[in-house]
Amino acid sequence: MAATAQDSQAPLRGPEKKDEDREDETEFSPFYGIDKGAVLQEARVFNDPQIDPRRCQQVITKLLYLLNQGEVFTKKEAAEVFFGVTKLFQKQDINLRRMMYLCIKDICPGADEVIIVTSSLMKDMNSKVDLFRSNSVRVLCKIIDGQLLAQIERYLKQAIVDKSPVVASAALVSASHLLGNNAEIVKRWINEVQEAAQNKNNMVQFHAVALLHALRASDRLAISKLVTSLTKASVKSPLAQCLLVRYVAQVIQDSQPGANGEQRPFYDFLESCLRHKAEVVIFEAARAICNLRDVTARELTPAITVLQLFLSSSKPVLRFAAVRTLNKVAMTHPLAVTHCNIDMETLISDQNRSIATLAITTLLKTGNESSVEKLLKQIGSFMSDIADDFKIVVVEAIRSLCLKFPTKQRALMNFLSGVLREEGGFEYKKAIVQSILVLIQEIPDAKETGLGHLCEFIEDCEFTYLSTQVLHLLGQEGPKTKEPSKYIRYIYNRIILENATVRAAAVSALANFGAACEPLRPRIIVLLRRALADNDDEVRDRATLHLQQLEGKAGGPDAVQPRLDVNITAMEKALSDYLAGPTDKPFDISVVPKAPPPVRASGSSALGLATSTATNSSGGAAPTSAARKDPTAEYAELLRSIPQLAPLGEVFKSCEPVALTEKDTEYSVFCVKHVYEGHVVFQFNCTNTIAEQVLEDVSVAMDLAEASDFEEAFTVPLDQMPLNGVGQCFTVVTRQPGAIATGKIVNILKFKVKEIDPSTGEAEEEGYEDEYVLEDLEVSPADYVKPTLLGNFRKAWEELDPATEKEDEYGLGTREGLQEAVEAVIGILGMQPCEGSEAVPPNARSHTVLLAGIFVGYQQVLVRMSFGIDATNNVAMKLVVRAESIELSEAIHSIIQDA
Amino acid sequence: MAGVDPTLPIVKNMLLLDSEGKRIAVKYYTPEWSTVAQQASFEKALWNKTSRTNARAEAEIIMFDNVVVVYKYIGDLMFYVTGSQDENELVLYTVLQAFYESVTILLRQQVEKKTVLENLDLVLLAIDEIVDGGIILETEPAVIASRVTMRGADGEAPAAPLTEQSFTKAFASAKEHLARSLLK
Repeated sequence: MAATAQDSQAPLRGPEKKDEDREDETEFSPFYGIDKGAVLQEARVFNDPQIDPRRCQQVITKLLYLLNQGEVFTKKEAAEVFFGVTKLFQKQDINLRRMMYLCIKDICPGADEVIIVTSSLMKDMNSKVDLFRSNSVRVLCKIIDGQLLAQIERYLKQAIVDKSPVVASAALVSASHLLGNNAEIVKRWINEVQEAAQNKNNMVQFHAVALLHALRASDRLAISKLVTSLTKASVKSPLAQCLLVRYVAQVIQDSQPGANGEQRPFYDFLESCLRHKAEVVIFEAARAICNLRDVTARELTPAITVLQLFLSSSKPVLRFAAVRTLNKVAMTHPLAVTHCNIDMETLISDQNRSIATLAITTLLKTGNESSVEKLLKQIGSFMSDIADDFKIVVVEAIRSLCLKFPTKQRALMNFLSGVLREEGGFEYKKAIVQSILVLIQEIPDAKETGLGHLCEFIEDCEFTYLSTQVLHLLGQEGPKTKEPSKYIRYIYNRIILENATVRAAAVSALANFGAACEPLRPRIIVLLRRALADNDDEVRDRATLHLQQLEGKAGGPDAVQPRLDVNITAMEKALSDYLAGPTDKPFDISVVPKAPPPVRASGSSALGLATSTATNSSGGAAPTSAARKDPTAEYAELLRSIPQLAPLGEVFKSCEPVALTEKDTEYSVFCVKHVYEGHVVFQFNCTNTIAEQVLEDVSVAMDLAEASDFEEAFTVPLDQMPLNGVGQCFTVVTRQPGAIATGKIVNILKFKVKEIDPSTGEAEEEGYEDEYVLEDLEVSPADYVKPTLLGNFRKAWEELDPATEKEDEYGLGTREGLQEAVEAVIGILGMQPCEGSEAVPPNARSHTVLLAGIFVGYQQVLVRMSFGIDATNNVAMKLVVRAESIELSEAIHSIIQDA
Repeated sequence: MAGVDPTLPIVKNMLLLDSEGKRIAVKYYTPEWSTVAQQASFEKALWNKTSRTNARAEAEIIMFDNVVVVYKYIGDLMFYVTGSQDENELVLYTVLQAFYESVTILLRQQVEKKTVLENLDLVLLAIDEIVDGGIILETEPAVIASRVTMRGADGEAPAAPLTEQSFTKAFASAKEHLARSLLK
């Protein structure tokens, strides 16, 4: 693949050939001291009138060796070699010819050169020698384009049904590759491919079945037919049988789940494959059964039985395959896997550490309460000799086991603290600490022991990051325990022994104790005093501040842990604004907008810790749209900074930017709609893309003929449209306060143009007025609704007056799938999906989505949508809305009707 | 590689490294490792993770960086076959078997770095006969070997005895011919 010219990477073989130490070792190599220039020189033998086949073969091998070592040939060098090789076609030496085929595939410079070999290759395609035919087909299909393909199509069709398997296979595999770019041509060969699928040769059958499936991949019905006919016919080749198992699994996946107890179609076939004589088929079938959607315990049993046999195989590959599959099953059906526990236990001591780790984690998933201690003992002996990344897997499995059996927390916690004391890298230690933190949070009983273990850990912790995290947590949780005083010693030791970062964290943690536990305060003050002479300024600063606070000054003890409930980005903005202006008055924090109360995410976020690893490993992929970013907060700062807009009040919602110009025009304008209680502010982000002109005094005039509910109030013009930067002008319209006014607005960009004199680079004094018509802008009801988070959808739904309920049905036309339809509708409504209902289960035929939003004026709207999809991907939707008034319900329906 | 049916088993690469992890013959079929540097770092990582394991008696397996690799050591050589992590491990194992067994036949049981380098053309051709652009082309070692040496295309599984038989047959008929011509 790194064959030809473009790659500028140095060859792997680089300096080594000059390395004297390696001499004795490389000297037996026929390639010792090989040099690209010399080999290219040698390649001239291709042009000799008397061709020496043996010699040429050696030169080709050398060339391929160089390529394989990552040597780069320039385009010219490659072309030269290529031409040389093509000359060798006149020699009828079979071994040389074979090397030529390989060489042409690896050094193929470009379409222009290809022409030269096609006629020779086409001659070989009609040769009597099977191997000439097969190889020339492979080479030709690799290097030709669609046009040439049409010319040789006839021969390829013949080759597919050639009685020599090597030719048929070559043609079929080549056709599979060609399918990507020349699907139309390959589709014409379907009869030949079908014939080849009956071939007695295993590989031909495999290649033909694969190609048949690929040809029909987009048509569910055709696939289903193909599968039915293939399962009836006898497919002999194990690899083809594996393919068939995959196709069957796919058909089952796509079919409707049968009613209770009814057997799935084709399940019998999968089960019969479990008795196939080839292991590869048996495993493929077992794997397919284990991966079935909503598989029942009864369906699983035969598959688990064969996998169990594989567990005691002498082949590591088989053991690995089996234990990996069982490990996956154990997540959903732990009971089904318990039969294998004895075999699993012997695998703990497997030579292959991947197998051992998988066995351990499977056991941890399937284990019951009584076997926990025994397991831990076994793992303990095993932990010391596996790599860190395996240890992390084990630690995570232990954590989930502990959450499953909280009564065993003592044993599990002890285990974790034991491994925490052992040697290990940062990632591993971090995983352990995170696990303990999660357990502390989730299991109240584990808190005191957990904190105790963590205290021990920081006594001898080489990772600053982890020490500070633990200290922070001690500061948060320690004061709430029964005996806070016992933690103080550990924390104070940090101040004496550690680096500045940890010392600072320790000072803050101590101060927390002092603030929260009054009896301890005098003692804490004594300790903090000692930190006043610290040689790090941050530590001294913190100590000084906290001392003052504990002594009742600077806000008193309550101020030790100030609760900053402000929006952090807004805070940053406000602070930088403050520093930019006069600083004679103190900064007033009350102007910074408050942040919404933090949503308590899963994992340990409440403990102030990064939860990324925790949530990822627990398999809970956070719903994507839950993290939908809120543009309103970002724009709010900008809007507040404009004096003319400030009196309008709080912005309710800012919409996504809409482009009002085509791409690559002179001016690029995007519009962002901001909805206020009684106004709508249109923010136009303007960019000048032409360097030869200056655009001044930019504003947007609106024609409100088709939006009579609005009345233009005023505009905030932009002094100069920046070149390739973004400048904003605003147009403000009024409407009835709280009203959902809609309509289409025609926008005209007005500005004064000044040409730039190319000789001086200065703008001309005199400019002229100009206008530019922008695209129309639509204000729809969707602009007045914004997503809101809701704890309990059902409760909120029932609280709304049923009289406001409005129901209607809509056809959404043909869609790619339900998920796509659901996302499209959510996008149109701009509301917040609740309870994870925006995720459609794979292959579902119907789905219900719950949405919550608020309309301008803070009125709640709830939506319940039911989707259904039919065989031709037509999607229908039933939309039920409840809101605080019937008008709002109607507005929601009108959003959908207009979309 | 782009348009290939996702159900089709795909081999991502085949590697033959020496006992120090240096490449002897490699072939990459998928775009994950498109530069020589990426390939080299993959080979290095793979070698680091596998060189201390014992894969002589039986082929071993490892999963890392979202790929599954099956491998086997013979003499001072390490054979690797890589597939996606969702691939049927046994399919990859079949390819690995085809790889080292066909090389064993081609090198007449002399599987070591020295002979491989001396017969590099045969090893490269074997790789070419086993996998074509990621798709498994042939897995029967005897068939692969006879295709590499251009001795016969459709060498069915028992290729060696068959040719022997035909040779004795041919010899017999030649003798007959000779006898007849002499009798004339």
